[in-house]
Amino acid sequence: MSTETALLETGLRESTLFRFATAGSVDDGKSTLVGRLLHDSKAILADQLDAVARTSADRGFGGEKGGIDLALLTDGLRAEREQGITIDVAYRYFATDRRSFILADCPGHVQYTKNTVTGASTADAVVVLIDARKGVLEQTRRHLSVLQLLRVAHVIVAVNKIDLVDFSEDVFRGIEADVQQVARELGLGSDGISDLLVIPVSALDGDNVVERSDRTPWYTGPALLEVLETLPAADELESHLESFRFPVQLVIRPQGALAPDAVAGGLDVEAYRDYRAYAGQITEGSVRVGDKVTVLSPGHEPRTTTVKGIDFAGRELEEAAAPQSVAIRLAEEIDIARGDTIAAAGTVREASQDLYAALCWLSPKPLREGAKVLVKHGTRTVQALVRSVSGKLDLATFKLEQASGLELNDIGHAQLRLAAPLPLENYLHHRRTGAFLVIDPIDGNTLAAGLVKDHPGDHEDERYVI
Amino acid sequence: MSTYTTNEDTELSVLEEDLAETSDAAHGVASKVLAEGPDASLRASGRPQPLSEPRAELIEDQLRGEGAEAASGVSTPERLSSLDTLESEAIHIIREVVSEFERPALLFSGGKDSVVMLHLATKAFWPGKVPFPVLHVDTGHNFPEVIDFRDRTVERLGLKLVVGSVQEFIDRGELAERADGTRNPLQTVPLLDAIQRNKFDAVFGGGRRDEDKARAKERILSLRDEFGQWDPRNQRPELWNLYNGRHTVGQHVRAFPISNWTELDVWRYIEREGIELPSLYYAHEREVFQRDGMWRAVGEVSQPKPHEDVITKLVRYRTVGDMSCTGAVESDARTVADVVVEVAASTLTERGATRADDRISEAAMEDRKKDGYF
Repeated sequence: MSTETALLETGLRESTLFRFATAGSVDDGKSTLVGRLLHDSKAILADQLDAVARTSADRGFGGEKGGIDLALLTDGLRAEREQGITIDVAYRYFATDRRSFILADCPGHVQYTKNTVTGASTADAVVVLIDARKGVLEQTRRHLSVLQLLRVAHVIVAVNKIDLVDFSEDVFRGIEADVQQVARELGLGSDGISDLLVIPVSALDGDNVVERSDRTPWYTGPALLEVLETLPAADELESHLESFRFPVQLVIRPQGALAPDAVAGGLDVEAYRDYRAYAGQITEGSVRVGDKVTVLSPGHEPRTTTVKGIDFAGRELEEAAAPQSVAIRLAEEIDIARGDTIAAAGTVREASQDLYAALCWLSPKPLREGAKVLVKHGTRTVQALVRSVSGKLDLATFKLEQASGLELNDIGHAQLRLAAPLPLENYLHHRRTGAFLVIDPIDGNTLAAGLVKDHPGDHEDERYVI
Repeated sequence: MSTYTTNEDTELSVLEEDLAETSDAAHGVASKVLAEGPDASLRASGRPQPLSEPRAELIEDQLRGEGAEAASGVSTPERLSSLDTLESEAIHIIREVVSEFERPALLFSGGKDSVVMLHLATKAFWPGKVPFPVLHVDTGHNFPEVIDFRDRTVERLGLKLVVGSVQEFIDRGELAERADGTRNPLQTVPLLDAIQRNKFDAVFGGGRRDEDKARAKERILSLRDEFGQWDPRNQRPELWNLYNGRHTVGQHVRAFPISNWTELDVWRYIEREGIELPSLYYAHEREVFQRDGMWRAVGEVSQPKPHEDVITKLVRYRTVGDMSCTGAVESDARTVADVVVEVAASTLTERGATRADDRISEAAMEDRKKDGYF
């Protein structure tokens, strides 16, 4: 049986990958929603379901009626079960015949900023839960502002427990209006970078989760899973743009030390004697053989050359796009090393030693002005001095407050001076080359997620508070 | 693979036909238009522009399955398949680790996940050689055909093989055989010893997050202390595609480039790439007996008790760990295509079906990992 036939028989075919995260407050039913998605998409196998059913029965879930506590499907480590808490972001996997999904399940109650920032940084979409009985809470505002800050492409608000408000359209419309009000204040969903959808669901009963519910006839939109199956992934939205970016990870230059299996497979040893290619992952945009590119290296003027070849494990490609990992050959012999960036010619500005950024502080060790840190950007790590902290964001009011430092879960603005120039770009338009880590030089821990901002005075967009 | 790298559960979904089918073409075109719409120019050139009604409408159209007609005649770059995306991510991680660490090594047992890892490494550095040695912790109870496969693969790729031997530790009295005869949990000590002796600062593993609850929470780069211990409460947040591998003397990092793959992804990749595996992954006749609800092979280290009847059955292995604790499943999947279909339709997780060591307690993996296991 050929592969193709085999896959067709199981209903499986080539699918694309979509990453999403969930965020919510305590008791808004997030675990149940995740359990419902996994359960209804048949991602839960029999032995797992048996274990959950046994535990549900032991705990008397559902009273006389019985039933399965879907929240148990996402129960994590023993340490968490014993304490009834969720320690950390957990990753889940399920697939439909159109897509494979990676779900970052972010706990809402503790360290929500840290967890939401982490989950959202790689997500194409984030599902924020609201309890229909409670409506928009302060925590909802906080979640939405973090998502706006991280420029998540698709924000989906699931108004959960709609069954507990008797499937009331009035209640839903009221919450929807509140969500849109918050979104307007943030610029979320109206700036061409993100979009916003609000869906009434009952995770417990499955309404509008996998299939549209006939108990919400007034809602004509898609069910949650339909949305997740159809939205374009962030890379799809970005891969057609001219803004090709390629941080060089390493130089492939075997100098005769060719892979024995490749040689055994007929590789022309002579032709590859002087092989030299730059290996990396395209972070944004696409590139074709013959394209003009600019090479940014610290200590050099930007140099322009032409793409001579794009290689991937013995195949020569005509074109490649984010997020492909490839090896690029250039027309001219230029000294290029790890940490350099190859970009579409004329689209990058010069590297800078002054870094203005929003920082999401993720460490219990607070930030103070004057601190020495490491900044990891693309494939480079440089020393940096925190010159000033210029404000801390009140996530509930979206106002910048006076601050001279940042604590765990704070988001603030800071100015850093770098020991060497980096090709920094505004995060607003470049989710990869505009992002960096702040690392503690002493113990190596990650202190903060950094988002590059324009220098003050450089046409900063006033619509954004953060 | 070795016991370590192969342990996984699968949360694979079998796909449902009842989900409405929408034209892929329509989808592709909608994204194309989106990308070229007003917000595309804004992303490329910088300044945000007010509102993007067209984008919202397009997405709505897309969700309604409209816009298919517009599709014809417009060519769009092919979207990457999920396997291509996962492959790309794994290669990026392998290259990062090789660039940022002094002495990486790859855990290689001949099990399918470690075979896939090695295949990814050959692609990452083509046409150069894989620039690190492979490390195997030999329990002394491995399937002979797997050891043979391991040695042939190492030879074919011109790699250096480092072996940590559980048997030697037992012979020296530094490890004691367990009452249940299982040697899987005994691998931790020889593993850490090999890491220390060889001064490996990064060790690649084929662990996947879909295998187990504990793995689901582990980072792609996972810091281990001097004792090899994993501290789930004190992990570094992992953001974007920026991996922080900083560590102090004595610490090392376990790197899991295929964290985001499922068992089905692994099998589909093996099929797509034509990757060779030890023969016992495919259906074959074998003398087996039933224990703990699993089919166990009759061999030197796994002998039936008097009440356990030996019969010949058509079986295959979903994981190839230590013979003393790995069970076979009844299967007639003789080819990789058959296995893909079988895995897609399976109703039991890999570990649940075939691993006695994970049945010891619900938190078996969590406990082993904290102690420095793979």
